[in-house]
Amino acid sequence: MDKFWNSLADLDRRWLFALTFLAISIPLLTGIVLPQKVTPMVENVFNAIDELPSGTKILMPLDYDPSAEGELQPMADAFLRHAAQKNHKIYFMTIWPTGVAMIQRQVATLKKEYPEYVYGEDYVNLGYRPGYEGVIKLITSDLPKLYGADQQGTPVAKIPMMADIDNIKQFPLIVNVSAGDPGLKQWVQYAATPFDSIEIVGGTTGVQASTLYPYIPNQMIGMIAGIKPAAEYEKLMFEKYPEIEKRPNSNMANVFMTSQEVAHFMLIGIIILGNLVMWQTSGRRDQS
Amino acid sequence: MLKRTIPLIIASIVGIVLILAKFSHPIQSWETEVVMWFDILAVFAFVLGAGNLNLNNLKKISERKAGWGYAAITLLAFWITLICGIGKLGVPPNEKYLAYAWSGSYEAEGSAFWWIFNYVYVPLAATMFATLAFYISSAAFRAFRANNVEASLLLLTALLVLVAQTSSGPMLTDQIPEESAWAIFKIDTIRGTLVNLFNTLGTRAIMIGIALGVVSTSLKVLMGVDQSYLGGD
Repeated sequence: MDKFWNSLADLDRRWLFALTFLAISIPLLTGIVLPQKVTPMVENVFNAIDELPSGTKILMPLDYDPSAEGELQPMADAFLRHAAQKNHKIYFMTIWPTGVAMIQRQVATLKKEYPEYVYGEDYVNLGYRPGYEGVIKLITSDLPKLYGADQQGTPVAKIPMMADIDNIKQFPLIVNVSAGDPGLKQWVQYAATPFDSIEIVGGTTGVQASTLYPYIPNQMIGMIAGIKPAAEYEKLMFEKYPEIEKRPNSNMANVFMTSQEVAHFMLIGIIILGNLVMWQTSGRRDQS
Repeated sequence: MLKRTIPLIIASIVGIVLILAKFSHPIQSWETEVVMWFDILAVFAFVLGAGNLNLNNLKKISERKAGWGYAAITLLAFWITLICGIGKLGVPPNEKYLAYAWSGSYEAEGSAFWWIFNYVYVPLAATMFATLAFYISSAAFRAFRANNVEASLLLLTALLVLVAQTSSGPMLTDQIPEESAWAIFKIDTIRGTLVNLFNTLGTRAIMIGIALGVVSTSLKVLMGVDQSYLGGD
């Protein structure tokens, strides 16, 4: 028995890497989806978009990069599909240089799944502006001052849906997806908190969530933190708008969630095993 | 004088004016102006950053320091990406201005910059981040040990949060009725308590501490007591 525990104590970490690989990849390849229990916060975020009258102006800043895409893209897609389903007017922008490409993905999804959405009338891509939270501060008072043109260089004066936009106080809701600073925290601090007319919901990575919980519910309606709430959001969306479920890759959060579920249980097993090994071998190692 | 006193005076005046602008309607628009300056200056930060990147890496290459090959790759990647972006290599013309070859956006689909971003940067960034999963599993086995009371508490909390972040975890305690005294042991309730009580309390305490620190540092800057932002001679 001692030999068994000692061999575990000296376990080559490549076995753990292989186990991790299998735990993550098998559920992804099988595409199995597990049932989700929707939490109240996800319901609040869903309702924030769903209860707005059709055609409401929504500001959608996408402040993330490819490294967080695996976790954030499913929720960004869910927000987009939900907003488009409600015929909301979508204003894309980003304060991350890499966010431009993330917006491009969203625009591509819109063009493919909602061909009736017309650029300049139903959605606009304002692109990236440098200045981090300085951008947010400025557009709370004067948006055209910073955004003279959209991402393609078209003057905002020539974009119909920008005609009556002076600042972001004219957006009843901000839907931000962010992977760090500047991101959701700054949108809450500089846009949603000082102005009662602006509400905010967000999507963020699991690791960032702990710093954002203190803003809920007074300064932020709620947030989707990680893949699990994103999967719950998809479930709510499919229940209300079943046609979305038929679209390709519309349930990515649910597929990813199965993978995460197996990986979490694997981690729990590894932690317990690691501690058992420690308890079984520490006494003997001390003696030796 | 030029190096320290004038910058100190500028910082104090701008800071005080911005504080006053919050409370005085006639000068409220000044805040917008100053933030605009900040946003313009932020653009120059990229130029400074690029200059610094080139300087440091060229120095490393010329002195043949350890890892100079990586510095060369960094510079090569930087210049190729910059040339592809600024030169709009492979950019298809804008649909509205087909006669003008350079009218398309630098990141338009099919352009060299777009290709670099999607087929070099995206896979590299995603791979770097995904690799963490493997190291986490290795660390979980070797480092996450209940050696003492504090570590045991941390371990227990982590295990509960891990279980709560699964779909089936909370279902394990679904049989406990909401109104029963045992409801506090439901995984959802435990997670809610950890997140909404302990985490929120701790984070708020840190945030308030940081805010007070910011106020104190700002006052020092406004009064010229803290000059560290001017750098050393």
